[in-house]
Parts: sequence; structure tokens; C-alpha cells
Amino acid sequence: MKQKSPLLQREGAKTVLSSILSILIGLVFGSILVLIVAFSSESISPKGGLEGVSLVFLGLFSTGRDAAGELAFGFNPTSIGNMLFRAIPLLMTGLSVAVANKTGLFNIGAPGQYLMGTWASLTVALSIPTSVVPSWIVWTLALLAGMLAGAIWGAIPGFLKATRNINEVLACIMTNWIAANLVTFLFDISDLKNGAEAGKVGYIKPTAANGVATAKLGLDKLLPQSQVNAGILVAILIAIGIYILMNKTTLGYELKACGSNRHAARYAGINDKRNIVLSMAIAGSMAGAGAALYWLSGNTEFFWSTYQSLPAVGFNGIPVALLAANSPIGVIFTAIFMSLLNICGTQLKNLTAFNEYITDIIIAAIVYLSSFSLIIKMWLSSRGKKKTAEPAPAPAAAGEKTGKENGK
Amino acid sequence: MTFLLQQTLIYTIPLLIVALAGIFAERSGVINLALEGIMIMGAFVGVLTVYLLQEAGIFTKDSGQLVMLLALGAAALMGAVFSLLLSFAAINLRADQTIGGTALNLLAPALTLFFINILTSQNVLGMFTGDSASWFMIKKTDLGFERGAELGVLGGTFLDKFYLTTYICIVLYVVLSIILYKTKFGLRLRACGENPQAADSLGINVYVMRYAGVTISGALAGIGGFAFALTTANCSANGDVAGFGFLALAVMIFGNWKPLNTALAAFLFGFCKCIAAAYSTIDINGDGVYLLREIGINPNIYRMLPFVITLVVLAFTSKKSRAPKAEGVPYDKSTR
Repeated sequence: MKQKSPLLQREGAKTVLSSILSILIGLVFGSILVLIVAFSSESISPKGGLEGVSLVFLGLFSTGRDAAGELAFGFNPTSIGNMLFRAIPLLMTGLSVAVANKTGLFNIGAPGQYLMGTWASLTVALSIPTSVVPSWIVWTLALLAGMLAGAIWGAIPGFLKATRNINEVLACIMTNWIAANLVTFLFDISDLKNGAEAGKVGYIKPTAANGVATAKLGLDKLLPQSQVNAGILVAILIAIGIYILMNKTTLGYELKACGSNRHAARYAGINDKRNIVLSMAIAGSMAGAGAALYWLSGNTEFFWSTYQSLPAVGFNGIPVALLAANSPIGVIFTAIFMSLLNICGTQLKNLTAFNEYITDIIIAAIVYLSSFSLIIKMWLSSRGKKKTAEPAPAPAAAGEKTGKENGK
Repeated sequence: MTFLLQQTLIYTIPLLIVALAGIFAERSGVINLALEGIMIMGAFVGVLTVYLLQEAGIFTKDSGQLVMLLALGAAALMGAVFSLLLSFAAINLRADQTIGGTALNLLAPALTLFFINILTSQNVLGMFTGDSASWFMIKKTDLGFERGAELGVLGGTFLDKFYLTTYICIVLYVVLSIILYKTKFGLRLRACGENPQAADSLGINVYVMRYAGVTISGALAGIGGFAFALTTANCSANGDVAGFGFLALAVMIFGNWKPLNTALAAFLFGFCKCIAAAYSTIDINGDGVYLLREIGINPNIYRMLPFVITLVVLAFTSKKSRAPKAEGVPYDKSTR
């Protein structure tokens, strides 16, 4: 017996609302910071502060400055194309974190899995000569290699969690740093470094050097002068695939059961240890695929000396997944939103006295807010109740909850 | 040998004090994953204090230790204030502590880099003038020894070319460990991490104790962050502490949440870090042969070692480790 409840009372609507609320508060927080800096600094005028705020919100539509030096806004195909391109790795690392979260694991190891995926896919893409093997086969092999490397790297913390009961957060952090050093080491001894071009010290050859590049499928005609390619379509397809895996298959059900209650799942005959390892392996393969899709675009160049810092795109998978409430379909939208923020940051850096780190601050604020999304949801539902002036009857609420558990 | 010990100490001290920070938070029942972020804030504010004091020109090189102490105080204060964000989310709003900590870890480098870029138009904030060795390092001549005096291995380690932060951190470590184990306050704090319901029923305010634990933790991590920036980064801040906050967490778990074990673990990890950072200049028996460089292993392998060892060690000890029972569980009075 399913009862239709008012829109605000529905679980999904509440989730979307609390995410939008988090985003808005994050943006407002960032804007206030920009204004405070503008008003307290001598070198930045209050007008500069207002320009900064307008770019925080509308950076995607910024077309630079006009002749009079004022900010101009309009349709900017380069920004939109780059936004879609940069959304690819975010989408995939977001999926990575979301899949692990569904199994009750916090995958903070996406940066390491991403790096291992980068190494494997670049090595395959640059080592198999396209004069012998057709380039689309090399491309596919490179993608699969990236996924495999990521999966192995994700499975390590999963294995340690399942068999040795090591906190996966700690294990992931260690594997991150091991990957950072390992990838530097592996590229250091390889012959894939770009030695031909001047000023390219420390970079790996772009995959176009071997004739391997993601197909554009005419997207570059639609959005000229941008890096957009079919990778975003592949990423969206993978997201849909993960949605089907998690919600329509036995494996997905078992993974989620382990996440809800590991002991109950074991009691029901589910192999919880196997599922923890498997969940982390799938999560790792997503991050690895993200790396492959990004670096296989043909003209992106990887700075291989990574041992001092971890790729931010791995960590930004966390807010992408949290904002989407771990829904694989939601991740598509939140990844594009995060990428939009990224574009805003670039415009902010190019056009004003501020810098791109303001977007990282906004993202951090959003993550902070989503850590107590439960409270926000409770607050939303108490408001919803006041408005409708009739509290939802208890059985209906319970039915709604199980409805969600069964895979909404 | 003296060089090896000194280098090891330089890496051990931040790990030691930040691991104690972790102990205070977790023993009160809150997982403080934000140690890395708090260290970054501490390092930034400490260096900023030094920078501003130098810029104002009130202090000269002779009062370097005073400048250092002021900076250390500022770093501790910043750490305590920054950790309030975690306490508020974890204690009052019953938030997911892992995500809350991650948020602070994302926020700290973003905030510091944002301000550093506005201040200096680049990604690093250093001292206004001079370098940390000449301003803050204490040499044996400062202590009244002759320039050529032989102090032996231990004397050379502890009485020559050291930073005052080393001693401050060691004293803090001992004093706070005693407070945690031998005072009423410490007992109450630990009770809140083991069984907050029972503690509450005996009239202990769990919220206050957890706030105290996390705030002390924040102050210590801030101090650790500045100690790290001062000794290993030549008193500069760039929104990064090279994973020391996370390593300190591993040290704490390896040390089984107990101060003495943790101190030993910190020394072990400090040693690994030292090998990784200075393998090419380590001359173990003083005969001019740099053994580790001679072997010819890629430096990336050495850099990887501390993390690999952490994982292996944790894999073998985790079955025996005993975390505080109530850590990570938000306290809800109605569950009493």
C-alpha cells in the first residue's frame, strides 16, 4: 500500500532540497569571504569585490572584459565545453565514492586509484604502436587497463578492511601516498617522458603522439575552441550502468545490504568480506576509468612527478558523491556543477585580483554542510509539516522508508 | 650519528604532538580526521605571525625565541578555534565525523592558499626576512659552550643546533599524558570515549568533555603544524604538511591510543621519514661513505617506505588494537 505524500515530505525531494540548500549556503559563504577581503584590502576596490561575487555565480557565462574594462557576460562555448570535459574525471571519482558509500565504506582513496589508472592507461596508450594495432583498440585497452589498475588499488584497502579490520579511511590514505610515489617512480624509469619539446620537462607525452585520442563525435563543432569530447558520453553511460548494477541486480542488492548492516547481511547468507573487497574494487575501477578518460583525450599532458601532492580531482569526488546523496544518476549533475565551479574559479583568477582557491573553499563548505545533511533534512521536514499543518501518519512514513530501502 | 638522531627528532616531534592531539580527541569519543587540516592552519597562522612581527620591525634577531613563542601561541589558538568547527558539527549537530573532518581537510588548504595568494601573489608564504635556522635555531655557542667543544652523541643531539619547539613539545607531551591518566579531568574525558551514557549518569557533562577533548586536540595539532613548518619547511607555509596529520593518526593507532606506546611509534615513523628525506646525506658511522646513496635505490622507493611500513604494521597489529569504544558515535542523551 503506497500513499502519495506531499512533495516536501518525500525522501527524494528532501534530499535534493538539502543539497541545493548546501550549495546555496556554500556559494553565499564564498561570496561573503570575497566581499570581506575586498573591503578590508587596500589593493582591491569594493567594485572588484562585487565583480568577484558576480563571477562566483555567473563565471560560466563570462566572456572576459569588454573595451571599457567592464565584465561582459554571454554565451561562452569554450567555457561550456571545458566544463563538460573537466566534469569527466569528477563524475567518475564521484561514482567511485558513491559506490563505496553504498556499501558503508568511505573511499578517500580515489586520488591514489586515479593516479594508478593514469599510469596504466598512459602506459598502454603510448606503448602499443598504432601502426600495428588500430588506434580504437589501443584506446579501449588503455581504458580497461586504467580500470584494472584502479580496481587493484581500491581492492587493497578493501581487503585490509575485510580481513584485518583496518579502518578503510586510514588504509586509503596510505595507499594514496604509496600510489603518488609509485607512479612517480614508474614514470621516472619509463621512456614515456616528453623529452622532445622544449619547456615540457616533467611531462608525459600526450597520447596523440601515438595517434590515440578520444573521438570528438562532432561535439567540438557544437562547442568550438574547447576540449570537449565523447568521454563525457562514455562517463554518463558508465553512470547509468552503475545505477543498473546497484539497483537492478543481485550483486547490487548484496553490496547495499552489507552497507546497511554488515552483520545482518552475513546472517542472511551474504559473503560480507567478498562484498567489501568487491565494492572497493568497483569503486577503484571507476576512479581509474576517470583518469583514463581524462588523459586519453589526446592533448592533455600529465605532470608525472606527483609524489608531493595528490590530485585534487580525487578528493573532489567526495563532495560530488555527497551532494548527489550517493545516487549514480545524481552524480552526473553534481559532477557538472562542481566542474562549473571550477570554471568560475579560473575566470575569477584570470579577470580579478582573487584566485581560484575560493572555489575550493566553497566546495569545502558544501562538504561540511553535507556532513550534517540529516539535520538539514529534519529541519526541512519539520518546516514541511508546519506548512501542511498535518503530520504524516506514522505507518505511511514507515512504508516510505522501506520503499526507499528497496531501491529507489 | 648525531645528524641521524637530529633529523629523526625533527620528523618525530610533529608526529608525536599531533598523535597526542589525536589521542585527546578520540579518547573523548570524537574521531579527529581533521588533524591534517588543523596542522595546515597552525602552520599558516604561525608563519603569518612571524611574518607580520618581522614586518612591523619590533623584534630583532636577538629576540627570535620570543617571536617563535608568540607564533606558537597563535598557531595553538588558531588550531583550537578551527577545531571548534569539528566539535560543533560532531557534538551539537551529531554529524558524520569522517565527512566533517574531511571537510576541514579540504577547507584548510583552500583557505590558506586563498589568503597566501592575496598576500604574496604566489603559493608560498615565507619569513619576511632571514631564514628559520638563523633566527630560531639554538646553537651550542648560545648556551655558553666553546665553538670547538665536543658534546658527544647525545649532547650534540640535544644541546646543539636544536629548535626550542622540540623541548616545548616534549614537555607538553609528558604533562598532558599525566593529565590524561592521573587527574580527575583525564579520567572523565576517557570515560566519555568509552561509555558516555554511564559517564552522563554520574553527572559528567559529556558535551563539555568532548568539546574539551577536541579543543585540546586542535591546539596541539596547531602547535604540531607550526613545529613542522618551522623545522622542515624553513618556516614557510604552502597549504600542505605532506600527510603528517594522517601519519600521526596511523602513529596513534599503532600506539594503541596510549601515550607511551605512541611515543615509541612516533620515533619509529620519524626515523622512516628521516631516511626518506635525507637518505643521500646520512653517514652512519662517520667514515665519509654515504651507504644508502651508494646502494643506488631510486629515491621514490625511500619516500614510499613510511607509508608501506604503516600499512604492513597496521595489518599485523590491528587485531590486537583496541580503539575507544564510543569513538565516532555521536552522543545522544535520549539513548541513555
